[in-house]
Amino acid sequence: MTQVMRDPLGSSDRSRRFGAWYVTEHKLMQARSYTPTLVATAIGTPVLYLFAFGVGLGTLITANVGPVFGVTYLQFVAPALLASAAVLVGTEEYTFGILLGLKWNATYVGMNAAPITPRQIVKGIMIFIGIRMLATTTIYYLIMLVFGAVPSPWGVLMIVAGILTGFAFSPIAAFAASLEDDRGEFAILQRLVVLPLTLFSGTVFPLSQLPIYLQWIGWLSPLWHGSELGRQFAYGPTEPIWLTIVHVVYLLGLAIVGWQLFVRNITRRLNK
Amino acid sequence: MATPVISASSLTKKYKDVAAVDGITFEVAPGESFGLLGPNGAGKSTAMRMIGAVSTRTSGDLTILGLDPNEHGPAIRSLLGVVPQADNLDTDLRVRDNLLVYGRYFGLPRAQVAKRADELLEFAQLSDRAKSKVNDLSGGMKRRLTIARALINDPRILLLDEPTTGLDPQARHILWDRLFRLKEQGTTLVLTTHYMDEAEQLSDRIVVVDKGRIMAEGTPAGLIREHSTREVLEVRFGSDRNEGAAAALAGIGRLEVLPDRILVYTDDGEQALRAVMDRGLEPVTSLVRRSSLEDVFLRLTGRSLVE
Repeated sequence: MTQVMRDPLGSSDRSRRFGAWYVTEHKLMQARSYTPTLVATAIGTPVLYLFAFGVGLGTLITANVGPVFGVTYLQFVAPALLASAAVLVGTEEYTFGILLGLKWNATYVGMNAAPITPRQIVKGIMIFIGIRMLATTTIYYLIMLVFGAVPSPWGVLMIVAGILTGFAFSPIAAFAASLEDDRGEFAILQRLVVLPLTLFSGTVFPLSQLPIYLQWIGWLSPLWHGSELGRQFAYGPTEPIWLTIVHVVYLLGLAIVGWQLFVRNITRRLNK
Repeated sequence: MATPVISASSLTKKYKDVAAVDGITFEVAPGESFGLLGPNGAGKSTAMRMIGAVSTRTSGDLTILGLDPNEHGPAIRSLLGVVPQADNLDTDLRVRDNLLVYGRYFGLPRAQVAKRADELLEFAQLSDRAKSKVNDLSGGMKRRLTIARALINDPRILLLDEPTTGLDPQARHILWDRLFRLKEQGTTLVLTTHYMDEAEQLSDRIVVVDKGRIMAEGTPAGLIREHSTREVLEVRFGSDRNEGAAAALAGIGRLEVLPDRILVYTDDGEQALRAVMDRGLEPVTSLVRRSSLEDVFLRLTGRSLVE
């Protein structure tokens, strides 16, 4: 039988340097068996939403309210839709994706029995989620161009804003890693937190339309920060620069905190 | 003994106040096949996870291949092969892809992993299933694939946690045959089992574990010699009459009264059976057999291995 090079420190050195990438590689290989579903979702979602908002709701609103911030309703809503798409991909991976690897198809346990550390597993998962969000938001962006939903060429940076928004939801992954099993927590999270958040985050109407005592929900919501950030690129500026910086810092902060908590919880989980 | 590849001293793992592993001490020599025999819940799997450098010990000392798992977890794991109690093959990938993806975790070049994957499929008698979905494999095939996967990095030590639990007799024998070949090639094996026949088949040396502690240590034959008699007479009088009959058997040999039968420990089973008959007792069934590790365990703990 082929002898593996007996170079223990050498090969564990490579694992130390590229371990996270091996995890991503594995996740991409798994995703291959879901390719048709992933592609259908990535293309179908923007087409349906843009059609509904642009042709349906947009016509109604433009006729009755007129343009918002000097852009069409579709142009107003597009950056928020793109950010929501990234968030949707993110939360799917942060919830089912995590428990899948820890329990239902316990590949993370197997990786950890090999020289891969929990920190590398998290990094590999995050790179994979980043790739998925990149693909989703890029397709979204391209379809938006077809619908004429992006006035400025800087609008391409909505992709970056969208991915950042998706990463800002990573505390959910930390939560999922602490769950022994899904006893409906994910459904509650999706229905009572993520979806309602969409309604109060200045996505389909400006946050200023909400009474002041409800606006705080938007200020706390990463989706509001992400949508507003996207709008600055798509047709901005619509706000003072300091507020744009606040969006970036807030989203980055959540992403970093979520990532660290995720590492902590998955380490506890795997080191029993 | 040559420099041990595993050395544990007062190794302890506590969950809150409960000690799953309670101060065990043992060494494993290179090329040795070492078994931890004990019932479910004895702490075998916990011990295996500590040896596998994925579970931090609460106290005591442990070195694997001369390294402390607290400091060098990934480096140690790069030299181990692990077959966990529950298969954690990737059911989203096909059989051969499971090996390819796993080999990458050890930082091995693609070409080398591919070559080795084909050899290991051959070894695991799964070459014709290379493109199958994992879930289409039988339990025994999945187990063999898990073992092939554990060998992808040509490990110095192979850890097997309950390798044949849940398999039918034929699948077990195929698996034992594969493991025996590895043993012949000089791979160091560490296995846990609650099957005494498995421990006898595969282990050069055994520790009997119960409630997180080591009760005895030795070769299978040595343990039997030390803790049991040469032969055992099993007699059954019917479940409600065993207790009563036991009183009448006093003096024939050491007795173990189980719910369904009485075990009489003696060097000559046939003679003991005659002695039973001479006392006017007529067992429903009787059986004379050689002592096994099951008897050793019963002697040491007062309980059976498989309950």
